Amino acid sequence: MKPRQKRLFLAGMALVGVIVAATLAINALQGNMAYFFSPSQVVAGTVKPGETFRLGGMVRSGTLEKSSDSLESRFIVTDNVRQVVVSYSGILPDLFKEGQGTVAKGRIGKDGIFYAEEVLAKHDESYMPPEVAAAMQPMPYNKNNNQILIPRSAATEKREIRTVQSEAAELSAPLPRVEIK
Amino acid sequence: MVPEIGHFALVIALFVALVQTIMPMLGAYRGIPELMAMGKPAARVQFLFIAVAFFMLTLAFIENDFSVAYVAQNSNSALPIEYRISAVWGAHEGSLLLWVFMLASWGLAITIFSKSLPEHFLARVMSVMGFTGVGFILFILMTSNPFDRLIPAAADGRDLNPLLQDPGLIIHPPMLYMGYVGFSVAFSFAVAALLGGHLDATWARWSRPWTTVAWLFLTIGIVLGSWWAYYELGWGGWWFWDPVENASLMPWLAGTALIHSLAATEKRGAFKSWTVLLAILAFSLSLLGTFLVRSGVLVSVHAFASDPERGVFILGFLVVVIGVSLGLYAWRAPSVHGGGRFEWFSREMLLLANNVLLMAALAAVLMGTMAPIVLDALNLGKISVGPPYFDVVFVPVMLPLVILMGIGPLVSWQAGDARPLFKKLRIVLAVSLVTGIALPLIAMGKATLMVAASTTIAMWVILSSAQYLRDRIKRNVGNKGLSAGVYGMVIAHAGVGVFVIGVTLSSVFSVERDVHMRVGDTVQINNFVFRLDEVKPVRGPNYHSDMARVNITRDGEQVAVLTPEKRTYFIQTMPMTEASIDTTLLRDLYVALAEQRDADGWALRVYHRPFQAWIWSGPLLMALGGILAASDRRYRVSARHILQARRKTASASVSDGAQA
Repeated sequence: MKPRQKRLFLAGMALVGVIVAATLAINALQGNMAYFFSPSQVVAGTVKPGETFRLGGMVRSGTLEKSSDSLESRFIVTDNVRQVVVSYSGILPDLFKEGQGTVAKGRIGKDGIFYAEEVLAKHDESYMPPEVAAAMQPMPYNKNNNQILIPRSAATEKREIRTVQSEAAELSAPLPRVEIK
Repeated sequence: MVPEIGHFALVIALFVALVQTIMPMLGAYRGIPELMAMGKPAARVQFLFIAVAFFMLTLAFIENDFSVAYVAQNSNSALPIEYRISAVWGAHEGSLLLWVFMLASWGLAITIFSKSLPEHFLARVMSVMGFTGVGFILFILMTSNPFDRLIPAAADGRDLNPLLQDPGLIIHPPMLYMGYVGFSVAFSFAVAALLGGHLDATWARWSRPWTTVAWLFLTIGIVLGSWWAYYELGWGGWWFWDPVENASLMPWLAGTALIHSLAATEKRGAFKSWTVLLAILAFSLSLLGTFLVRSGVLVSVHAFASDPERGVFILGFLVVVIGVSLGLYAWRAPSVHGGGRFEWFSREMLLLANNVLLMAALAAVLMGTMAPIVLDALNLGKISVGPPYFDVVFVPVMLPLVILMGIGPLVSWQAGDARPLFKKLRIVLAVSLVTGIALPLIAMGKATLMVAASTTIAMWVILSSAQYLRDRIKRNVGNKGLSAGVYGMVIAHAGVGVFVIGVTLSSVFSVERDVHMRVGDTVQINNFVFRLDEVKPVRGPNYHSDMARVNITRDGEQVAVLTPEKRTYFIQTMPMTEASIDTTLLRDLYVALAEQRDADGWALRVYHRPFQAWIWSGPLLMALGGILAASDRRYRVSARHILQARRKTASASVSDGAQA
């Protein structure tokens, strides 16, 4: 081949290579993207069934339960408007705390519970994941007793707290036994 | 007084840097030797004042001066002295000061090791270095002054982030920044060469040792960061494809490509304009990394600081640097003549393949890192890109690279002869295949096809590098011995093989157990039995801790006693997991104390990770190779030759003048 043909051939090969690589990479990207949703978006049905996504919000105070013989934990994630019950079997991060921000990655099960594969918490005392900060709704919040106060007015009645699971009462039911790996 | 002196020194350094930017460039443009000569002393004075500023901040930390806001936020009187010093770069303001200090140190190094550089070229290099300095000092003074006073002064400090109270974090940032900032030298050389219109093999020869040194610091910095994440943050993982990690990997990939393309440019005059582009790219990616980490655009576990004002400043600086240098490139590069011809099967072609593959990997990492930021900016939703994406796009690109790495050095420049080479490599291939399959079988007692393929490729790199070394030694009989560069390359390439073995065996055969244990409980992994003996409270200088004692036995014989801790620091009241690890050449045993589940029950994470140490040893070998390559005599010899040649021409022109 003459140098000119060679250069053309190389350029052509490079172009084909770039197109193939870009297509594969974009496919891989689409397959491994996880969207971020707030509890309100989850309750409103924004999430496709079976989709893996990241759920962010506050861990509602007083809702964290740990099984005493396995690593199963349950807690409620809220954006002060809606809430989602989260179940996680594994080690919670050091900075995971009730009343503070968290992001969990996983999917909604048939029972309406969010099964987390991964739970993240912020990595220093004052840092809040920006997504969680954006997802939080303003809510009268009494820091002293850590309870959410719901004023009885017509405006806030629409914001009645609802969980994905029909009733939060099921939280108090004993946790299912999970075998240790 | 101390912080005021520091602040003042920084302001003076800014003006000196301005002089360093303007005067030598003007001198080079107008051909005024006096102005050009100002570059060197300006760089030295700038270093001096920045060193003073850096020392003053360190002094404020040592003396527990909590009237300085930055000290009050990041230190505490109970903090041990070594962490008070490393707290200087524990947060945003101080780490930028470290950045600038490193930049000034590189500038100083150029003034010392630049005797062979022509004055026009050196003047332009100093000017570009000065410009970078101006940008970052201005950034510190305008948005992130570490010397700001706190009025009234705090009684005590808020303490250093407990995650950073760790020996690994004392040296990780300086190493990483040495690497990041080191690419500014390659960048300055490239811009100076573009300005002067002398893009040739000499330019490449001058750039090579600087680029190699920057690259090896970056390599060590990344390894230390990964190691820190492994025992401090990661719960046993060592690479998370976190944006902050990617921010350091991307300049590393560009720098690796640059090292190889510089070789072709120096030896054969090939890829000249591409090499310049890579030098610009490597430094731009360093700046991009700084932007990503420092601006707070990331949703990342590493992003400790966030402030949009700062982000806009760095972004502006990034745009100026990339815009101006690419503009310059577009203006000058077309006049650069191509290098010598080369055939399909030649060292040049393989180096080209190296660059193409590294760029493909870089593009994939860049896409995965930037996609969440871009989509968020366009309001298309908040996404995160998971590690599987990076594994899927990165590994298939790297494997051919590693395979070609075994052949590359053995092929001649310009036109290689394939047939005798393959005849010779047949044996190497056969031995790689046998050892590659045998290694996992012997070490782990099992192997899958993927594992065997991967270890075979690793053995292939190691053995063909050894073959190359043997050839060179054989050919060198009677001569003065091989250059350090040859050993450097062989060791670095073998390091890649070691790394691949470590990654393969560790990722495939690691066994992880998250268990709920009470004192006396045992858990077994492979043949190792882990028994929780006790959990007792322990008090540290600025924390209290629950320390577990885990006894590990194998076939009844004691192997190790590990003492993982759960610390709670007094000031920041944040719990910290201190893993405990027993490392041997062939495996790591890893125990982390997770959380207290009830009165006497604890959650523990227990690992058996085969060949984990190889993951760090491989890159350290690469860095060692870099040290050898950068210390090659020929860079010094060539400097001396050029100097002598110049003296000769100088004396010749003097005598010419006398005759006229």
